[in-house]
Amino acid sequence: MPEPHPSPGAASAEVLVLVAHPQMEQSRANRTLMRAAGEVAAASQGRLEVRDLYALYPDYLIDVAAEQALLARAKLVVWQHPVHWYSMPPLMKLWLDEVLAFGWAYGPGGTALQGKDLWLAASTGGPEDSYRPDSYNRYFFDAFLPPYEQTAALCGMRFLPPLMLHGAHRVGQAAIEAHARIYAERLAAYPEWPELAELAECVACEVPATARPATEPEGA
Amino acid sequence: MEHGSWLTGSLVYLAAAVLAVPIAKALGLGSIIGYLAAGILIGPWGLKFVTDPQDMLHFAEFGVVLMLFLVGLELEPRRLWALRRPIFGWGSVQLFGSAALMCGAAVLLGVDWRLALVASLGLAMSSTAIGLGVMAERNLMATTSGQSVLSVMLLQDVAAIPILALVPLLAVSTEHAQGGGWLGAAKAVGVIALIVLGGRLLLRPALRWIARSKTPEIFTAASLLLVVATAALMQSVGLSMALGAFLAGVLLAESEYRRELETDIEPFKGLLLGLFFIAVGMSIDFAVVLAQPLLVAGIVLGFLVVKGVVLWAMGRTMPIPLAERPPFIILLAQGGEFGFVVFQTAAGAGVIDAPTSSLLVAAVALSMLLTPLVLLLSDRWWAARLAARALDPQLDEISEPQHAPVIIAGFGRYGQIVGRLLYANGLAATVLEHDAEQVEAVRRFGWPVFYGDAARLDLLRTAGADKARVMVLAIDDIEQSVEVAKLVREHFPRMTVVARARNVTHYYELRNLGVEIIERETLDAALMSGRSVLELLGFERHQARTLALRFRRHNVAQLEVMRPHFGDEAKLIAIAKQGRQQLEELFAQEREAARQRTERAGWGGQDGAQSDEDPATPR
Repeated sequence: MPEPHPSPGAASAEVLVLVAHPQMEQSRANRTLMRAAGEVAAASQGRLEVRDLYALYPDYLIDVAAEQALLARAKLVVWQHPVHWYSMPPLMKLWLDEVLAFGWAYGPGGTALQGKDLWLAASTGGPEDSYRPDSYNRYFFDAFLPPYEQTAALCGMRFLPPLMLHGAHRVGQAAIEAHARIYAERLAAYPEWPELAELAECVACEVPATARPATEPEGA
Repeated sequence: MEHGSWLTGSLVYLAAAVLAVPIAKALGLGSIIGYLAAGILIGPWGLKFVTDPQDMLHFAEFGVVLMLFLVGLELEPRRLWALRRPIFGWGSVQLFGSAALMCGAAVLLGVDWRLALVASLGLAMSSTAIGLGVMAERNLMATTSGQSVLSVMLLQDVAAIPILALVPLLAVSTEHAQGGGWLGAAKAVGVIALIVLGGRLLLRPALRWIARSKTPEIFTAASLLLVVATAALMQSVGLSMALGAFLAGVLLAESEYRRELETDIEPFKGLLLGLFFIAVGMSIDFAVVLAQPLLVAGIVLGFLVVKGVVLWAMGRTMPIPLAERPPFIILLAQGGEFGFVVFQTAAGAGVIDAPTSSLLVAAVALSMLLTPLVLLLSDRWWAARLAARALDPQLDEISEPQHAPVIIAGFGRYGQIVGRLLYANGLAATVLEHDAEQVEAVRRFGWPVFYGDAARLDLLRTAGADKARVMVLAIDDIEQSVEVAKLVREHFPRMTVVARARNVTHYYELRNLGVEIIERETLDAALMSGRSVLELLGFERHQARTLALRFRRHNVAQLEVMRPHFGDEAKLIAIAKQGRQQLEELFAQEREAARQRTERAGWGGQDGAQSDEDPATPR
C-alpha cells in the first residue's frame, strides 16, 4: 500500500477517535465499534475522524507532526482499544510516548491539549466479575484507570467516564451491537452529554520547574 | 612467406580485418563471419593477395592455442574436476556417437573403413575457436548450454590425443608410417606427464623469478614463451598444441599470476584468432568445391545432420533449456580446426589421399563459415517458434483457464519472493514466465505456470486476468513491464497492479499509466544497508531502523512531488535539491529537539532516571 499520508491541515475534526488493535480482523467488539464510529464520521461532514493506528502505522513509524496537528484542533479525543495486560496495546503507548511530547502536551509550555476532553472506550476479555478482589483479576477495573486519568490530568485534559465492554470474548453479537449503538450515539451527540455538566473542569497539573534537575532557568 | 613480403602481408591482413570486421558487425553478422569473409576475399579464390594460405593457417592456429590457454586459466583444477561428468560423459556421447554414426554410414556407402574412421573422427570435432568466440560474443559462457558446449569441446581436445595417436596406427600397414604407433603414444603420455609435473613444480617459481625483474614486457614475453614452448613440446610428439596450452592454463589457474597472464595474452589471442579465421576463409579450396559441388554439399549436409541429431537428443536429455538448444546444437554440429589437424596428420600418414583431404577440409571450412549464418537464422526462426509454442494448446505449455486471485508476471528473483510469500500463506497464484528454464524449475513447486509473454492479451485472459484481483508485475525488462502494465490498465482495469520498478524512470512510467502500488527494487535493500551503516557508526539499532524508515517515507513522498515534472530535468534537479535540504533540516531539527528534550527533562545521561517513572511527574 502507499505510505500513509496523514494530512495536517486538511482535516479539522472536533472529535478524534484513535483506534488501536493489533489484530483488528480477529476482533469482534472493536471492529464493530470502529465501524459504528466510522458511520458517524461519514455522516458528520468532517466533524469526526476515525484513525486506525495499526492500519496507519503498520511499521510503528508514527508521523508525530501530523498527529499533533490533528490533536491540536480536536475537542474530544477518544481512545478506543482492547485492554492488553491491564493497559493499552503497544502502538497506542508508542503514540502516547511520541505524540504527547514534553513541552507540547505537558511540562513548560506544554499546553496544546489543555481544556480538551479524553474519553476511553475500551474492552476487556475477562468478564466484569473477574475484576473483583475474590476473582483472578483481583482488583476492580477502576484500579487500572489511574494511569489514564493522570495522563489526562498532566496534559490538562478532562477525563470522561470510560465506556467499557467487559467479557468481549463471550458477549453475544446482539450485546456488542447494542454497545456499539450507545458508542455511536454518544460520539454523534458530543458535546451534548447530560453528565458533562456535572463534571468538574479540567484538573490542571502544573509541573514546577523544580521537579526536575533543570540546567537552565525555566519559566513555567 | 617470401622474404620482403612480410610488410605487404601484414598490410593485407590487417587492412582486410579492419575493413571486413566492422562491416560484418554493422550488418549484425558478428566478427567471425567478418574474418572469414575477409579471408575468402584476399585468398587465392578472391583477390589473390595471398596464394598459399596453409602457412598462414599454421601460424594462425596459434590463436586457438592462446585461446585454450586462457580458457584453462579460467578453470581451476577443482572446477575442472566438478565438470568431469559432463566432459567425459556427454563429451564422449557427442564425439563417439557422432563418429560411430558417420563411420557406419560411410562404410555402408562403400568407403574404406580406415578412411571412414579417420574422416568421421575429424568431422565429429567442433570449432573451439568459433564456439567460444560466439559464446563470448553472446554472453552465453555462464549459461547451461555454454557450460555444456565447453565441456564437449574440452573432451574433443582431450580426445584429440588418442585420435592423433591412432591415425599413425591405422597407417601401420602402409609404407608411410611415421615414428611408429606405440612409440608415439608412449611419447605422448610422457610429454603430458612432463607438462603436468613441470607446471606444478617449476612454473610458479619460474614466474616469480621473472616477475621480480620488474620489467613488464619480459613478463609478457615469458607468458608467450610459456605457451609457445608448451605448444611446441606437444607438437613435437604429434599432439594437440591447444590441449597442451589448455593444460598449462589449468595448472596456472590457481596461481597468483593468473590475472597478469590473462591480461598479457588477451590482445595476442584476439589478433591471432582473427588471423586464424582469415586463414580458414582463405584455405577453402573452391577448386575442389566447384569440381564436385554436390559431393561437398552432401558431406557438409550429411555430417551436420548426423551431428545435429545426436546433439538434439543430448540437448533433450541433459537437459538444456529450450531457448538455449539451438546455439548448443549449431555450435557443436559444425566442423572444427581439430578436423584440419586430423586430416593433415592422416594425409601425412597416408591414411587418406590429398584430394580427399582437401575435400574434407573444404567441407569443414564451409561448415565453419555457415555456422554464424545458421545461428542468425535460427535466432529469428526459433524465437518466433518459442513464442508460438507458448500459445499452442497441444504442447502442455498452457493448461485450462486459471482462477487464482493473483497473477504473477515474471518469476525471476523478485517475482519468486512475492510468490513464495503468498504460497507460504496458503494462497494461490498463476505465474507467467518468459524463460523456459525458469518455468521448469517453478513447476516443481506446484505453481500453475504459463510459459509465455505476459504482453499477450489472450494469454492474460487464459491466466484468469478477468477475475484475478491482483497482478504482480515483476518482469525484469523495463519496456516489457511497461507494456504489460498498459495492457492490464486498458483491458482489466479491475485488477490492481502491484509492480516492481527497476529504477526511478521505470517508476514514473508505471505511475503515469495509473499503477499505484510500485516498489523500487533497489530502495529497500539499499535502506537496509544504510541502516546497517548507521548501526556500525554507533546509532542504536532501533534508532537506525526509525531513521531509515523515516527516510523511506520522505523519499517516496518526494518522488510523488516530482512526478508532474518527470522529463523536465532541470526542474527535477531543483526539486530534488530542495527535498534533500528539507530532509536534512527536518532531521537536524529533530536531533536538536531530542537533545533539548533530554537536557530539559534532566535525562542527561543520568542512570535510569527515565525508566519507570516520568521525571516530569511532580511528587
